[in-house]
Amino acid sequence: MTNDRETADQLLPLPQATFHILLALLDDERHGYAIIQDVEMRTQGELRLSAGTLYRSIARMVEQGLIAEVTKRRPADDDPRRRYYRLTPFGTAVARAEMRRLSNLVRQARARGLKPETV
Amino acid sequence: MRFYRALLSLYPASFSAEYREALCETFEQRADGLSGPFAGIRIGFAALADVIPNALAAHAEMLWRDLVYAARSLLRTPGFALTAVLVVALGVGANTAVFSLADFIFLRPLPYADADRLVKLWQGGEGGWTNEVSPANYRDWRAMTTAFSRIGAYAASNENLVGADAPRRLETVRATSELLPLLGVQPLLGRLFTAREAATGQFALLSYALWTSQFGGDRQVIGRSIQLDGVPHTVIGVMPPSFQFPARTVEAWTPLAFSEEDFEDRTDTYLKVVARLRPGVSIEQARRELALVAARLERQYPKENEGVGAVVLGLRDDLSERSRLLVLALCGATLCILLLACANLASLFLARGTHRAREMAVRTALGAGRERLARQLVTESLGLAFAGGLLGVAAAMLGLPLLARLVPSTLPIAEHPSLDWRVLALALAFILLTGFAFGLAPALRAGRSGGLDALRSGIRAAGGRTQRLRTALVVVEVAASVVLLVLSGLLIRAVWRIQEINPGFAAENVLAIQSALPQPKYKSTARRGQFYDRVLGEIRALPGVKEAAFATGLPMSMRGGIWPASLTGEDLIANESNSVSLRYVTPRFFATLGIPIRRGRDVAQNDTSGQPFAAVVSESFVKRTWPNENPLGKRFNLAGDERTVVGVVGDVRVRGLERPSEPQVYLPSQQVADGAIIGYTPKELVVRTAASFDTTGLLAQIREIVQSADPEQPISNVRSVTEIVADETASRLTQLRLLGALSAVALLIAGLGIHGLLSYAVSKRSQELGVRRALGAEGREIVGLVLREGLRLAFWGIAIGGALAYAAARGMSALLFGVRPDDPLTLAAAAALCLATAVVGCLRPALRAAHVDPLTALRSE
Repeated sequence: MTNDRETADQLLPLPQATFHILLALLDDERHGYAIIQDVEMRTQGELRLSAGTLYRSIARMVEQGLIAEVTKRRPADDDPRRRYYRLTPFGTAVARAEMRRLSNLVRQARARGLKPETV
Repeated sequence: MRFYRALLSLYPASFSAEYREALCETFEQRADGLSGPFAGIRIGFAALADVIPNALAAHAEMLWRDLVYAARSLLRTPGFALTAVLVVALGVGANTAVFSLADFIFLRPLPYADADRLVKLWQGGEGGWTNEVSPANYRDWRAMTTAFSRIGAYAASNENLVGADAPRRLETVRATSELLPLLGVQPLLGRLFTAREAATGQFALLSYALWTSQFGGDRQVIGRSIQLDGVPHTVIGVMPPSFQFPARTVEAWTPLAFSEEDFEDRTDTYLKVVARLRPGVSIEQARRELALVAARLERQYPKENEGVGAVVLGLRDDLSERSRLLVLALCGATLCILLLACANLASLFLARGTHRAREMAVRTALGAGRERLARQLVTESLGLAFAGGLLGVAAAMLGLPLLARLVPSTLPIAEHPSLDWRVLALALAFILLTGFAFGLAPALRAGRSGGLDALRSGIRAAGGRTQRLRTALVVVEVAASVVLLVLSGLLIRAVWRIQEINPGFAAENVLAIQSALPQPKYKSTARRGQFYDRVLGEIRALPGVKEAAFATGLPMSMRGGIWPASLTGEDLIANESNSVSLRYVTPRFFATLGIPIRRGRDVAQNDTSGQPFAAVVSESFVKRTWPNENPLGKRFNLAGDERTVVGVVGDVRVRGLERPSEPQVYLPSQQVADGAIIGYTPKELVVRTAASFDTTGLLAQIREIVQSADPEQPISNVRSVTEIVADETASRLTQLRLLGALSAVALLIAGLGIHGLLSYAVSKRSQELGVRRALGAEGREIVGLVLREGLRLAFWGIAIGGALAYAAARGMSALLFGVRPDDPLTLAAAAALCLATAVVGCLRPALRAAHVDPLTALRSE
């Protein structure tokens, strides 16, 4: 995978779960359940990823080069079955691209006078 | 938790192998939130809701990715993809077409209620002969058996229809009142005839086709009177379009009833009998009971019923062995082609697999599990199988009508099979079979081959075993094509033999036209004579016409008409050794048909009822009755009168080219009492024209002549006698063309197989060949080396194929018309053809091998 913008654009629009997983990994490496919790917290419980949905997304994202598994020194009491993931530079690029796409959409909607609040 | 773990196996294996533990951990964490009295059940549901949709989605995603990948990699090698699609199309198409035909002929229920309870009853005896039933035997069988809930009889007939659009010749069936109800059919309009009506009145049921074509589909036709052979009949019903009995060509059904006279002659056999088995009675029980009844009747009428037993056959089993074998042989051949196609594709895939060994190894090294790779390969082969299969099914649909000639006309089914779900299911089965058959071996191989080995050593690693498997597949291909070649060869020789048979008459330039004189209008023999004289006289005067005559029927067109003949003073008992085929003819019949007169004279104009009854007999009749004597002037009894032999003519193949015929006796058309033997009234007009005479305008002139003699008289069923003879071999030729085409394709595939295998072997051994060259081996020797390799394969294929072909040929010896299944010429020709193909297949690789440059070959590794 090359890191150019064209390749990133090819993946757009991102599935909802994919975008949320990217966001969850923006600031830190996380293991699967931590990702679920982060997403749940940020969406105020609106999006609760199931284990299957999570790892199906993870498998695809690893293949697409958006995220990568990390082998790091773990605390002694950590469950050895846990797997940690981090964002790749390409993943960051794709997340940016998706953000651009979404904010473009929002800007266009605003320009037409649409407001999120119902009057 | 164990439940969740078990559910994980629903995911694609590669996915669950990779993420099983992580999934379990995450699920556990999430499930920790669930508590309460029904926590176990809630966790169970959560597990189901988690795994099932995701597993399905994962499978779909993978399939889609594999498909895209397969499409891409196939498009990179369009030659390979196209070859594979065409080979599958061929295998699936041929099999779909031929097996639809077989299903149609052998398996599909006939269009009657409870058709498997319907049987046909025949008189029959030792040696497997069967014959129609006499009214007397029919009456007694009905009275004396209990195995059947109903028995009905019918006789085929032809009648002239007047009262519709134009005078027209109809193919009709006279049926007893039990017949149609026992088939379980209801008329579309009106009703069937009752027993009383059958016995007293003149009624008619119309076929749907006749109703729409001649009566414009008018519903008011019920109750209308039509003239059949000059007798008024009341139309009481119209049958539904799907109804056909006993053949698809029948246009009307009229009642058949018997008078006391009909029961007098127990040897007058003309009824076809159909019965329905009583519930709970098996066909075996029916056979046993009817055999007892027949034995009793034989004791009661020892003369007439000598050796006459009864034969009970399922309605569907009433098929000739020949029709059956024609189709079965084709089934075998197309299965052979399917095998060949699969072998060829498997070989192609293996070769491709070897070329892709590196790609596969890289993917394995990158973490793709074996299951993923195998799955990928099977997706590719199934994708190709579906693409080819759809093409093949389309071709089969287009080609199926061409096989119609193989559908025996004795079965009451449509002319050719139609497309329906059974055919499609069959095609799908063939596609899956093909896709798995050729995709599986390479896939398993891909799963097994040690990835890293292949990476380390380049392409060579995957060589040995794959190559052996491919060698075996090529041998299978050669063997299958040998089987097809030998069978086609044997059948070609059989057809040649049949075509070489002298039918006993000169068919070229003879036109046959039917114009049957109806009773009772033409009950008088003299009146018929006037009609014949007038019509024939005028036709003979037409330009281009050389001869013309009337006869009861034409050889190979009318096959029956068998009567017993006896010497004066002998008791007349019908049996095989005194039966003759009887025809009434007008003078010049022999000249018209080109039957040679060996001794004596032709039937003459003055052979009338006032004169001694004359007969012209065939040579075989003389040989059987008066061997080594002068037959002229000898007397014998036939059809109720004593006849004197006035002439001897050559034998004719009345029953067709492939069957022995009874000796023939020809009687003058004017020496028959008024209204007697009306079934034998000459109705077939034969006209011989000058060679190379254009007959286009002739028919109109003949029609004019006939209608000026009698405006109500139709002419119909015009055909050339050459056509009648050609029809004898038509179904064989259809089969042969198909077999021939299949064999050619088989040979091509086998040749390609050898070529592909050796090309690959040569490219793989280029280093070794280079060394040999460097050590001084001549180009000739290298060519010899490769050729030997190819011929070795061909030899094994021919040996195995020859043995299989012999076994198959013995199974169909009934079709071979005396050609031996081990006919050396055919075997040698097939072997030679295969060897030649093998040599051609070897040629390019061999030449390439000879031109290997030692330096380049050594440097390239």
